[in-house]
Amino acid sequence: MAAEHLEGSVLATLRDVMENEYPVLLDTFIVDSEERLRGLQQGLEGADAQALRLAAHSFKGSCSNMGASLLAGLCKQLEDCARREQLEQAPALVEQIAREFAIVRILLKSERQRYAN
Amino acid sequence: MDNRLTVLIAEDSPADRMLLSTIVSRQGHRVLTAANGLEAVALFQQEQPQLVLMDALMPVMDGFEAARRIKQLAGQTLIPIIFLTSLTESEALARCLEAGGDDFLAKPYNREILDAKIKAMNRLRLLQATVLEQRDLIARHNEHLLTEQRVAKAVFDKVAHSGCLNAPNIRYLQSPYALFNGDLLLAAFKPSGGMHVLLGDFTGHGLPAAIGAMPLAEVFYSMTAKGFGMTDILREMNAKLKRILPVGVFCCAALLNLSFQRRVLEVWNGGLPDGYLRRSMDGHLQPLVSRHLPLGILDESAFNPACEAYPLQQGDRIFLLSDGVLETSNAEGELFGEQRLCELLLANRQPTSLFAEIQQALADFHGQSKDDLSLLEVEWVDEARLQRPALSLAGSGGSTLHDWNVQFEFRAESLRHYNPLPFLLQLLLEVQPLRARAGQLYTVLAELYSNALEHGVLGLDSRLKRDAEGFARYYQARSAGLASLTEGYVRVLFEVRSAAQGGGCLRVQVEDSGSGLSEQLAHPPAQAQDALSGRGLALVRKLADACHWQAAQRCLSVEFHWPAQA
Repeated sequence: MAAEHLEGSVLATLRDVMENEYPVLLDTFIVDSEERLRGLQQGLEGADAQALRLAAHSFKGSCSNMGASLLAGLCKQLEDCARREQLEQAPALVEQIAREFAIVRILLKSERQRYAN
Repeated sequence: MDNRLTVLIAEDSPADRMLLSTIVSRQGHRVLTAANGLEAVALFQQEQPQLVLMDALMPVMDGFEAARRIKQLAGQTLIPIIFLTSLTESEALARCLEAGGDDFLAKPYNREILDAKIKAMNRLRLLQATVLEQRDLIARHNEHLLTEQRVAKAVFDKVAHSGCLNAPNIRYLQSPYALFNGDLLLAAFKPSGGMHVLLGDFTGHGLPAAIGAMPLAEVFYSMTAKGFGMTDILREMNAKLKRILPVGVFCCAALLNLSFQRRVLEVWNGGLPDGYLRRSMDGHLQPLVSRHLPLGILDESAFNPACEAYPLQQGDRIFLLSDGVLETSNAEGELFGEQRLCELLLANRQPTSLFAEIQQALADFHGQSKDDLSLLEVEWVDEARLQRPALSLAGSGGSTLHDWNVQFEFRAESLRHYNPLPFLLQLLLEVQPLRARAGQLYTVLAELYSNALEHGVLGLDSRLKRDAEGFARYYQARSAGLASLTEGYVRVLFEVRSAAQGGGCLRVQVEDSGSGLSEQLAHPPAQAQDALSGRGLALVRKLADACHWQAAQRCLSVEFHWPAQA
């Protein structure tokens, strides 16, 4: 597994913490993240810096908990732009976040398969 | 210590919420979850969790507002709130604290740190609970103590205020709770019509200072009512306090004896600041200096009840004060001091407002009223201005002694140490019709006895008492004469007879071993009556129903009559 996309040590800890609930946690994260991504795209369309900032902040938090450090870093860049209300880089960042999430999603799905109960 | 807590988790991200609630419940706590601030507040009200993990940014109601509401609902109970945040700006972190947050937890979550934080917050929560519990306990104890003090004060007031502090010639300044500062003010009429006044100041504060006041007041009132003199009262008060008070607790006190008929002030001061006798004629100030140790220190054998005597004139004023008066301090820490008090006493031209002037000066100096000072003014007035309460004497009515006589002979040893008047009065009060005239009886007995003792046995010349200086010499000679007395006697005869038509008669005769009364003194010329000497026998004539010169015994035979009972 590519560590910059998804940190194996974090996942190991999560497995340890969640035990049987581990697959449910993965599912929950994936479904929630799809929704967050839609939220980011809507914020971008509406050029709503505050909404973008909040969505990026929340997404960043859950990404960091899942060990998706690259994705969390991109969310932080977007959050910072939105806080400074400099949205010119935002479309590119949202695009990058979508691509990175696609990768993370695939990795998580395979993780999900491995630990299906 | 119960480590299992109910923890409320408010977090809008489902994955984070799930992760966190799993971690917390694996640590043994009961978990409640909310997806936004509004749900969190509702759950808090419903379930009363002990700790809250709160995401800062949430839809519907954010964590800041929810924290504020929860803190408000919790009141004085500490409900620790740990903010879940990856906020990095210092401004946002400050907002968390302002909203009532107690700590932060950054994402990604770390089990060990979360566990440590929950434990630390729980310790804080228990500490706060203990503090509140102890505060309430202290408040209850304090309330209890105040109740006890109120009860003690009520009991004490019944004892203390049985006296005559409200007499029109007495003014005083004392806080209602002075008892618990150890200050004590007592005044009582003597059976003979004079007055005893006591100002006491116990060491210490609170109940220990107040506890000695009760027995002291009891001794003061009961002995005064029975006609005991100052010396006996002082001895008894000292002995009683010495017996009951722990070492280090004692009572600075000044006792005044005002004899209206004899126009004498006697003073004993043990440990109080100087009192003052202010002359109405010229404003002269006579300091009433402490010459003794306070009450309750010396053994009976070492205690000295010797008093100083001063003649009194109409309008003379006596001031007594506790050290709280002199030690009143102003904002600069300066003390009020003796100097200021003396200046006020000397400068005054309107004696009736003097007391108010001192009071005002103290208030101006200190800026507010203090409760640990006592100040007393007693004015020497015509006795007619004082309304004396009827003597209340214990004892049931019942049968009365009739038709008897008794004679006592008090010899040198007794005369030196013993005042027989209370004993004699108690005996006469067994005769029920005499009870209503106890005051007059006492006055007459006291006059006859002191004449027999001072002129007869000791051979003192009452003409000495013409002026103030002679007056002092007279009393010095009296003490010296008594101290060295080895022979001589005073005989007291009482005879009670029923009259033929009912009613009866008491005859009193007091003889002495000396020259007895001169016939001239027994029938004093009218002009002598206002001088310091020779007033006593005139008073005896006025109070008794009949008075006969007994040439053989060179004494007066004095009679009191009473009519038949209806």
